[in-house]
Amino acid sequence: MNSGSRAKLNTKNNIIPDLMAGTIFKSERYRQKVESVSADILRNVSLNRGFLLWMGFLTAVLLACLYAYTIQLREGLGVTGLRDITSWGVYIANFVFFVATSLVGMLISCVLGLSGAKWVKPIARIAEIIAVAFAAVAGLVIISDMGRPDRLPYVFLFGRFQSPILWDVTVVTTYFFVSLLLWFLPMIPDLAIAKDRLPGRPAFLVRAYEILSVKWVDHEKQFEILHKAMRILLILIIPLAFAIHTVTSWLFAVTPRPGWDSTIFGPYFISGAFVSGTAAVVIAMYFFRVSYKLEKYITDFHFDRIGRVLILVSVLYFYFNLNEFLVPGYKLKTSDAIHLRELFAGHHAFLFWGVQLLGLVIPAILLLFRKIRKPLPMLVISVVVLAAAWLKRYIIVVPPQAHPYLPAQNYPVEWIVYKPTLIEIAVSVAAIVLVLMIITILSKLFPVLPIQEIAEEEALAKNESV
Amino acid sequence: MSEKKKKPAEEKNLDEILDTSRRDFLKKVGLVGSAALTGAAALYSGYRFEKEKHSGATIKVLTEDNRLVEIPVEQVKDYKPGLKVYQTRGREGIEGKRWVMVIDLSKCRNARKCVEACQDAHHLRPYEYHINTLVMQESKNTPRYFMPKPCQHCDNPPCVSVCPVDATFKRQDGIVLIDNERCIGCRFCMSACPYSARMFHWQEPLAVEGDKERVYDIELNVPHKKGTISKCLFSADRLREGIMPYCVSACPNGVFYFGDENEDAVTNGTTKETVRLSELLEQNGAYRLLPELGTKPRVYYLPPKNRIFEFREPGETEYKEQHNT
Repeated sequence: MNSGSRAKLNTKNNIIPDLMAGTIFKSERYRQKVESVSADILRNVSLNRGFLLWMGFLTAVLLACLYAYTIQLREGLGVTGLRDITSWGVYIANFVFFVATSLVGMLISCVLGLSGAKWVKPIARIAEIIAVAFAAVAGLVIISDMGRPDRLPYVFLFGRFQSPILWDVTVVTTYFFVSLLLWFLPMIPDLAIAKDRLPGRPAFLVRAYEILSVKWVDHEKQFEILHKAMRILLILIIPLAFAIHTVTSWLFAVTPRPGWDSTIFGPYFISGAFVSGTAAVVIAMYFFRVSYKLEKYITDFHFDRIGRVLILVSVLYFYFNLNEFLVPGYKLKTSDAIHLRELFAGHHAFLFWGVQLLGLVIPAILLLFRKIRKPLPMLVISVVVLAAAWLKRYIIVVPPQAHPYLPAQNYPVEWIVYKPTLIEIAVSVAAIVLVLMIITILSKLFPVLPIQEIAEEEALAKNESV
Repeated sequence: MSEKKKKPAEEKNLDEILDTSRRDFLKKVGLVGSAALTGAAALYSGYRFEKEKHSGATIKVLTEDNRLVEIPVEQVKDYKPGLKVYQTRGREGIEGKRWVMVIDLSKCRNARKCVEACQDAHHLRPYEYHINTLVMQESKNTPRYFMPKPCQHCDNPPCVSVCPVDATFKRQDGIVLIDNERCIGCRFCMSACPYSARMFHWQEPLAVEGDKERVYDIELNVPHKKGTISKCLFSADRLREGIMPYCVSACPNGVFYFGDENEDAVTNGTTKETVRLSELLEQNGAYRLLPELGTKPRVYYLPPKNRIFEFREPGETEYKEQHNT
């Protein structure tokens, strides 16, 4: 490779690090690298026994949970713990959690990718898979909360623009499709590489690869188009991702309820979303590293880096928590005081402090130590953080409803104190199972790491060392 | 029946002869048939004429162009508006009116007749409220009092703003209604309402079997539907007929005044005394609930002052109460 083409390549590289000019692809080193990398990554692309067993298990759980949903469809939302005083519960908390977690696609691929952080390359696709799965199911979760799911088309037929629900439907759908594109487009070169390297796989899969690789031949012009498309999408998805979670926070913030009536709910939700999303990516990284034997590509270095990201977003989220609770806590306006007393020292105190300490403060402190930023400790921390992130959504959604401005009287006790029922939990589990199914399919039937980009990186690294 | 033209004689052949005889037969049958029909019709009209002559009762009605005419009773038909009529007029509201309610807290003794009448009219269970009576206490040293709480029919209703499908809406006469033919059951309006004025059909509504054949009247919100919202309607169906709302006329203690803001007059549901709205509000120091939220309610409260009865603990209501102040 001559110096001229290297220079050209580097300038392109500076504009957008994710995609390269076509020159490198003619080199022998690159071809060797493609062979070795694709062998490692495509080894996992198969409908093997493990996959079928796992999917079979998920399907069984899903069916059991869907049975619970049919009961809800038949009997009405009365089978849940929801009543007139607390009319939004686990379903809405689940919805907020899903939208939040899907935001990580934007954080990893766009914010970090566009700013030139090269280490995100191998995990960008994992982040997009998580984004696609959670965004897709978020839409379904909201349907499970509807009293009349049969009237879903009314939202499009009679939609009123001033309702945040309409904004939410619009942006979540758009975000899902853009995330799907962000997952698919950079994978096209990989599909072209993979379609000839999948012996013994089912014919339909190979055929799907052929169709989806849209006649990719590593031509310079093709890279140019892909490069442009990706650049547009990567920039587009930033305001879009901010929109989905800001609008989700507005479902609460536009109401005059103490506890929801907050001006910082948008950024508070966004920063919280980064925490739960990053934790989800760490868990996925660990799982793929171990289960797909990808230690060579998802290294300790990557865990170290994403650990730092988790510290950063946790600090950011802590800052918004401080504002959200300390400022009204300082003033203690009557209505806020009732709500805050419940959180700080009342019925929800155990949950509140547990979530804040175990899910935010302690993980951030622990991760400051380099020794903790290793795969296994990171996995443990991330599982706790993710579970706490779910419970945090519950704290945001449920307690503020228990104390309306006017006292809740003359109701049966169970109408005032919300307790999720088994059916409600089963339907929520169904959503989580669906997410796992989507992640499994996307990561098992398609290359989970970017073959072409990794091969290119390795080939370049060798070039530089020469 | 026998209108077929006869064909010219020279064209006759065997087929035609057969055809003609068939046609003749049909013609005869037809003749007999029409004769029978005419006879029956004549008999029936005679019967009708006789019947009408005997009844002879007339009724005075007001026509659309405001003329008073007298017509036989038989001509009055029972008018049952269809869903479309209910929906159109229900969404438009009553022109020229601005309904307003005044609740005099100094008179409320927690009889809960308003609640019962409302639940009765709207086919609700004892714990499903369009109107509820609450025990209120502003602070430790102030007296406790009872407060009926219907929907406040805000002029700046948070529930209407957030509804994604225009199921809940504000009418020209000030009433906020809910269309359960449209409601998708997202319960965003419940979350947005600071007065907790709304209820949801978590299960099959109470009178679902009995109301099956009824046409849905948006102004009564009956029949109810599972998975949709319901709420106080200011008895829009009664207002259309010029009658006071169910709760207002059921109160034994003279708590409720109801009327038209445009006329500046409200009438007490118990005493039927009509007073000037502006004077009533001014002389009694009226207030509205949570005015700081900017919802601009159409329900006014007169403070619980000079009560001539002792505050009694609410009787053993069916459901345990929970206070959160």
